[in-house]
Amino acid sequence: MQDKILVIACGAIAGELVHIKKLNQWDHIDFQCLPPELHNRPDQIPLAVKAKVESEAGLYGKIFVAYADCGTGGALDKVLEEHGIERIPGAHCYEFFTGSEQFQTLSEAEAGSFYLTDFLTRHFERLVIRGLKIDRLPHLKSVYFNNYKRLVYLAQSDSEKLQAMARQHADTLGLKYEYHYCGSEPLSRVLKPALVQGYRPPTGQAH
Amino acid sequence: MTDEYENDEEIILSELPDDELIEQMHDDIYDGLAPEIAEGTQILLDRGWDASDVLEKALVGGMAAVGVDFRDGILFVPEVLMSTNAMKAGMSILKPILSASGTKPIGKVVVGTVKGDIHDIGKNLVGMMLEGAGFEVTDLGVNIDADTYIDAIQEKGATILGMSALLTTTMPYMKVVIDRMKERGVRDDFIVLVGGAPLNEEFSEAIGADAYCRDAAIAVEVAKELVATA
Repeated sequence: MQDKILVIACGAIAGELVHIKKLNQWDHIDFQCLPPELHNRPDQIPLAVKAKVESEAGLYGKIFVAYADCGTGGALDKVLEEHGIERIPGAHCYEFFTGSEQFQTLSEAEAGSFYLTDFLTRHFERLVIRGLKIDRLPHLKSVYFNNYKRLVYLAQSDSEKLQAMARQHADTLGLKYEYHYCGSEPLSRVLKPALVQGYRPPTGQAH
Repeated sequence: MTDEYENDEEIILSELPDDELIEQMHDDIYDGLAPEIAEGTQILLDRGWDASDVLEKALVGGMAAVGVDFRDGILFVPEVLMSTNAMKAGMSILKPILSASGTKPIGKVVVGTVKGDIHDIGKNLVGMMLEGAGFEVTDLGVNIDADTYIDAIQEKGATILGMSALLTTTMPYMKVVIDRMKERGVRDDFIVLVGGAPLNEEFSEAIGADAYCRDAAIAVEVAKELVATA
């Protein structure tokens, strides 16, 4: 496996990564995903990544981490610096799914924006409602979402079913609904420098 | 058997001696039991306790344990919110008594979440704990720009400015506020405390804040210490 790159990824973006790999024929890449529940527990991301990096050390030609800072406040970068590993630039998945410039425009337009991706739209009940215990303590909904004004669905796929679900989630939270199609291109673009341009296949192989 | 066991578990707050009642209220705050906290607070007042003692020993004392376990990853946001709600139930009884007593605050604090950020759970908790510890707290809310912070600390005659941020994208704005304080020539007139999940000591030092507060209990300790030496 020394000729391959291992991508340690957030489980919440696994579907998109597999799609991008297939689309680009990046056969030199293997994925290993960490539980998407870490999205709600960013303080646990650096240790989980560290454990995975150490368990795979030496098995691959290169390791790349498909997380942004993701609320770790630089703690993930400290772990990665120790091992000389790169990650996706940016603050969080919403940024790399949208593209930094576009995401900044969205954030500046309304600070009170609650973002959903395809994954979060599909798993809204588990990660948002049950994850934040709103199912058991319904009054917490207003405590969490009181300052939010709109729900922005950052779509990776063009799915009417997911759009209907996202709209329903906005209603559940009492927020205005907005749809923003991103596709997979922005993520694909930020992955290329590390996974393709920076990749040197062993002699005799081409990608 | 079951009935007998359940009966053994039932606790009548009014029958507990003071020390056990305080201990029970700490547990009830931890478990987020608002009606029990309201009842316990009233019992202590009826027994002749001073409102500030009830606040400090029963409520703030209980909430401090919640803050520590939140910091250590034992409790998560939903549990902390339940505890906060319980503490509020006690505070709502004590606040009018404390206001009427005219007790001088130990310091004045202005708190708010920085521009671009609308997260306020941590900030609200800190504000409540500071209030519980005897500070007069002005909460500016969320998405606060530099001049609004500075105008407020000057108008209120505050000693401390507390800034909160939850996002790595918004925490740099704290430096914008501190730089603006310098521009307006008031940086050294105030103590600046910063807090929020993605922050750390190193960041606090880098932006020139006076202290980083890892949790609400530490914010209270630091605020008391700095006000005493200011």
